[in-house]
Amino acid sequence: MTLAGWIALPFLLAGLFFLVAGTAGLLRFPDPHSRLHALTKADNLGLGLVALGLLPLAGTLAEGLQMMLAWLLVLIASAVASRLMARASEAEGEGEGSGP
Amino acid sequence: MSAQLALDLALAAGLLWLAWRAVTTRDLLKSVILFTVFGLLLAIAWARLGAPDLALAEAAIGAGLTGALLLVALDRLRRAGAAPVVLPGDREPGPAARGLLALAVAALAVAVSWSAASLPEASAGLRDLVAGRIHESGVSHPVTAVLLNFRGYDTLLEVGVVVLAVLAVRAFVPLGAAQAPAPEGPVDGLARLLVPLLVVVAGYLLWRGATAPGGAFQAGALLGAAGVLLALSSLGSGALLEGLRGRLLLVLGFGVFLAVGAAVMGFGGAYLEYPRDAAKALILLIEATAALSIGAALVALFRANRSGLPREPR
Repeated sequence: MTLAGWIALPFLLAGLFFLVAGTAGLLRFPDPHSRLHALTKADNLGLGLVALGLLPLAGTLAEGLQMMLAWLLVLIASAVASRLMARASEAEGEGEGSGP
Repeated sequence: MSAQLALDLALAAGLLWLAWRAVTTRDLLKSVILFTVFGLLLAIAWARLGAPDLALAEAAIGAGLTGALLLVALDRLRRAGAAPVVLPGDREPGPAARGLLALAVAALAVAVSWSAASLPEASAGLRDLVAGRIHESGVSHPVTAVLLNFRGYDTLLEVGVVVLAVLAVRAFVPLGAAQAPAPEGPVDGLARLLVPLLVVVAGYLLWRGATAPGGAFQAGALLGAAGVLLALSSLGSGALLEGLRGRLLLVLGFGVFLAVGAAVMGFGGAYLEYPRDAAKALILLIEATAALSIGAALVALFRANRSGLPREPR
């Protein structure tokens, strides 16, 4: 494997860990707030670490910048989406302790 | 098994499973979410098949805007109390109906398999014909050359269908009706950040359509998404679509397309047969106006669906 590959590997593995852990949390956690907590870890850290890991493998600077831009947009969108979902779940009156 | 094949198989299995769940689940909200995720996976499938034009359109229209329209329709149903949001269980078809359905589906499967099997093994289709004449089209991207020049008539009718859809909705709901803006909230920040970006990317896709995947429908879908985001925020999307200006914006693309088609006949060609030197400029004019009208139409459909709804208490 090339040097870039070895630099990429730990980031990709760490990103994969957060994606899997976030998915497990989304499926297993009992209430909407903790499920959102798990989901945002997958979105923010999981995708971010995967994007960082792919940076050394990017062919051109533009490609790398595009990946960072994608991560940034997902960060913004997921922050707003989680806030809206948290508020909606409170309005539905299932904020704490209720199952899916 | 190669990693590529494994990915494709997972994608195909995921699509089938999502499609099955979307039509069988009794919770309509779940059904809409499954349909939206189905659209996103379908966009990835188109990208894997090397059709980025379709992937872009599917992601923006199939997943994004259709999902938004379905969610608003669901909200309307829920608030009107007109239809149950969870389908009752006693609507199960009886054994006879099930048998008939199974027969019909099996017959369809046989017919589709038979026609797939009877296709010629490898066919270039019209690819060579398009590649041979592309220098006459005014653009270098084959999809745009076919859509806007060689088969421009089809695309003209497609743009017309969008106008017709808006007219049909307008028969039920006034499109320009003023709507109470949403209360201020986190969507405002998102709209302030994303709307300018969406407009820039729409312009980029429109311009790039001449040489690479992109074009009026993709750009229009992004403009529509920007309008929907504005409609959901406290900034509002209303003013642009209200009154005479709104109506002109909705028919602009179709009107310009019709007029250009007729005007080129003055140079001795047939309807929509652009003079070769002016082809690029005319295609760009048609695509730019069509993108504006498609975006306006998508926002109008979204707004019409929401009009008359009482504001959600927060």
